Amino acid sequence: MLSIVEQDFGTPRRATAKRVTLTIDGVEVQAPEGTSIMRAAAEAGVKIPKLCASEQLEAFGSCRLCLVQIEGMKGLPASCTTPVAQGMKVTTQNPQIADVRRGVMELYISDHPLDCLTCPANGHCELQDMAGVVGLREVRYGYEGENHLDAVKDESNPYFTFDPSKCIVCSRCVRACDERQGTFALTIQGRGFESTVAASQDEPFMDSECVSCGACVQACPTATLSEKTLIEKGQAEHSTITTCAYCGVGCSFRAEMKGEELVRMVPDMNGMANHGHSCVKGRFAIGYTTHPDRVLKPAIRAKISDPWREVSWDEAISYAASELKRIQAKYGRESIGGVTSSRCTNEEVYIVQKLIRAGFGNNNVDTCARVCHSPTGYGLKVTLGESAGTQNFDSVMKSDVIFVIGANPTDGHPVFASQMKQRLRQGAKLIVADPRTIDLVRSPHIEAAYHLKLRPGTNVALLNSIAHVIVSEALVKEDFVRERCEVPAFEKWRTFVAAPGNSPEAMESVTGVPAAEVRAAARLFATGGNGAIYYGLGVTEHAQGSTAVLGIANLAMATGNIGREGVGVNPMRGQNNVQGSCDMGSMPHEFPGYRHVSDTVVREMFETAWGAPLSKEPGLRIPNMFEAALAQEFMGVYINGEDLVQSDPNTQHVAAALMSMECVIVQDIFLNETAKFAHVLLPGSTFLEKDGTFTNAERRISRVRKVMQPKAGFADWEVTQKLANAMGYPMNYRDPSEIMDEIARTTPTFTGVSFDRIDELGSIQWPCNEAAPTGTPTMHIGEFVRGKGKFMVTEFVASAEKVNARYPLILTTGRILSQYNVGAQTRRTENNQWHSEDRLEIHPHDADERSIKEGDWVGIVSRAGETVLRARVTERVQPGVVYTTFHFPESGANVITTDNSDWATNCPEYKVTAVQATRVSQPGQWQKRFRAFSEVPENPVPAAEVFNAK
Amino acid sequence: MSGDNIIKMANDIGHFYGAEPLREDAIAGIANHISRYWAKRMREKLVEQAQHQDCGLEELPLAAARRLAAPTGVPAAAKIDGG
Repeated sequence: MLSIVEQDFGTPRRATAKRVTLTIDGVEVQAPEGTSIMRAAAEAGVKIPKLCASEQLEAFGSCRLCLVQIEGMKGLPASCTTPVAQGMKVTTQNPQIADVRRGVMELYISDHPLDCLTCPANGHCELQDMAGVVGLREVRYGYEGENHLDAVKDESNPYFTFDPSKCIVCSRCVRACDERQGTFALTIQGRGFESTVAASQDEPFMDSECVSCGACVQACPTATLSEKTLIEKGQAEHSTITTCAYCGVGCSFRAEMKGEELVRMVPDMNGMANHGHSCVKGRFAIGYTTHPDRVLKPAIRAKISDPWREVSWDEAISYAASELKRIQAKYGRESIGGVTSSRCTNEEVYIVQKLIRAGFGNNNVDTCARVCHSPTGYGLKVTLGESAGTQNFDSVMKSDVIFVIGANPTDGHPVFASQMKQRLRQGAKLIVADPRTIDLVRSPHIEAAYHLKLRPGTNVALLNSIAHVIVSEALVKEDFVRERCEVPAFEKWRTFVAAPGNSPEAMESVTGVPAAEVRAAARLFATGGNGAIYYGLGVTEHAQGSTAVLGIANLAMATGNIGREGVGVNPMRGQNNVQGSCDMGSMPHEFPGYRHVSDTVVREMFETAWGAPLSKEPGLRIPNMFEAALAQEFMGVYINGEDLVQSDPNTQHVAAALMSMECVIVQDIFLNETAKFAHVLLPGSTFLEKDGTFTNAERRISRVRKVMQPKAGFADWEVTQKLANAMGYPMNYRDPSEIMDEIARTTPTFTGVSFDRIDELGSIQWPCNEAAPTGTPTMHIGEFVRGKGKFMVTEFVASAEKVNARYPLILTTGRILSQYNVGAQTRRTENNQWHSEDRLEIHPHDADERSIKEGDWVGIVSRAGETVLRARVTERVQPGVVYTTFHFPESGANVITTDNSDWATNCPEYKVTAVQATRVSQPGQWQKRFRAFSEVPENPVPAAEVFNAK
Repeated sequence: MSGDNIIKMANDIGHFYGAEPLREDAIAGIANHISRYWAKRMREKLVEQAQHQDCGLEELPLAAARRLAAPTGVPAAAKIDGG
């Protein structure tokens, strides 16, 4: 069922410039060439009855309800499948058409239950509407004959019901699954009257290939596919457009509400990042927002071994501020700091870093982007001049060659992956570089031209060998490079990559990728037309993460694939507001807008704006904070919506650092793993409970709109403001829009941004200023932000994390579709039905050698620690490589990851850990200690016992 | 701050700039990067460590550390590129 307020124009918009003029019901109208008569009529205000048509789907022409009469044409053509033509004269209504439509509807209704009053779609059912529109007054056929009214419901999916008795076999669900999602999980089985919708091989939805994206539910014109919340609560009475708080795609949704109760989330057809599509997380996994685990009362304690004491907001804030001030008095101004969150809004992040820089008086602010995309910020700033991706998502529809390296879009960024798959089905070529066989390598109607199955930790070697081919085979776009880039730096780079040591043949023993495949892939990328590179944490989370980002930018520049649609460097940002949190000055060396703290002009401008002296010295990064804490130099931290204990590598080290501190303040919606080490707990608010903005992976700033009051009383920005005031640094924003206005006043790339302007345009891609008043979908057109693009020499340096006889396997980590990062949100939803535990993927050969079978407990030991996971024996991973997700804290994935980090940014090397795997009989000591620590809070096992033991 | 980690971080930076064809560019790159991204207390620790024999610093980062220790030093964040 469509959103309660959306209008559907029947067939997709056509963007052709040429317009044709036709007459519809005697009125002259114009429409772009290729537009259907149905859409042209709808845009002119003439509604033609329809059932199988939706503007989200290509026309199908099966329901025969949209028939029209066209002068000079025989019969009654379907208006959805007939394009407009110059001079065409269309009649949408006359007695003959009305008679045919009534006949069609009569047949539909003759096999449809007449339970409208108790039907969840009542009032918003397209079948019901059309019966009214065509004037159906009787059904002559009765229900005595064969029918589908007793068809059994499929309730297997936790979020929606499939009731085949209400199905009219319009194929909208099947086509949505094919065209929109690209999973091809649904089909029409049988012929004629026997036709029914089936999932996979006529299996229950949960057992089928269905990924529960919700496209079929949205497409269904009846109540055949209905959200269970809609069935339970009834239809909403109002809706508000907001932005999803899961991944970096930043989908726009309509939150459909009854008062302050959320009925359902419906993807917004006008959303410019998602165009009406969604995934199982954003569409359905919202239960965490009202989960009983929500922290709703502030609490304090003197020691982490003490029980929490619930206190008033005033007492909690006062205690936190007094502790921070006490610590600064005792240990110095630099002894405290804070961490911002990529889950929070831009406005919240901005005032947290402002509090730290201006209120705490130092630059000890960092963000969770440290552990994901900090190398992106560094690498793209150095080479291109701006710490952001170069394109919008729609750019992919003009790509000819798509190079995906170290990213798993179908799991990590599913809605964009669906758009990418649309383009691939249209014929774009695909190169995947990944140690694992990710779903994109081979999926329905898609097969990668090349899957470069490299060893973990060798991205730079692979990128250099691709560059070597491009240089040595004269595939460089010389004119682009000469005009757009620094030529001396290019020449230095060209000499470097041309060296025999960087050839695919020389690097084959390092990467494990056959040289011939590398050469072929390089040729395809350089000569195949518009080449676009998409990368993710499989690039950044390495000791050479920044080097790999530099290498990617080098490739894009060398092949002239930057500065127009269809090309570019596209970091797949992990969390909803990673881009925004970095934009807002979360890094310890940069003010908002990526301006260095040592820049006197900028610093003085902020000193004036913020009314406080500011430090010109870079502050501590998160891992530096841990080190300083262990050295008793960093003793207090304000952690805003981030779970350092579960997210950061080497859990024991993180825990030891937190235990060294005298005041850890955690602001979060749940008692997360980090909160177990906290002294002050400040309840957070969900994205449904506050106003603000998120900035997605394509630099798109979208509004987050409050649809309910904060359950703990205050939105996060209000809590930060209270803390600032208690610290003696005044903040008096009345509304987050005032914070955005300040951001616009102080940040050149945001000059034209305001809540009003976003409301007007829908969303805005920064830079948005006088030069680009409606934003910038494609960056670096004509000139790079830094002027000339800069090639950087990127020598491969092997990871310090070596395999040996004791640790013969390489562990790498990743995400899965149904869970989100540390799982704090999705683990508190029905998404656990898809993924209830992290497992260790191991190749059959490695499993055989160790007598490990599917489902066995496997002990995994690294140089940092050990844990136990159940085995999944699969050829997805190559021999010598094991893989796990990290969504469940008890898995202890980061108990075994090491302290190794990127040379430039200290982004942890999550993707390369040498381990041994052995079959064991039960969960490990880590899990036992973890459970004892987690599940008996009133009598906790001392934290030191949990986290200090290996 | 742990001296061992400071040394390791500096050596890691040195491995990147070690690919520069000119030694002077490599040393300048390392010094500039550290000046631009490291907190003062970390830079001071590095300079202190660099005074010890067998501190573990490799040749290029050692030279960079000594440059940071010089009275003129490296202005914080003098350059944006090259790290």
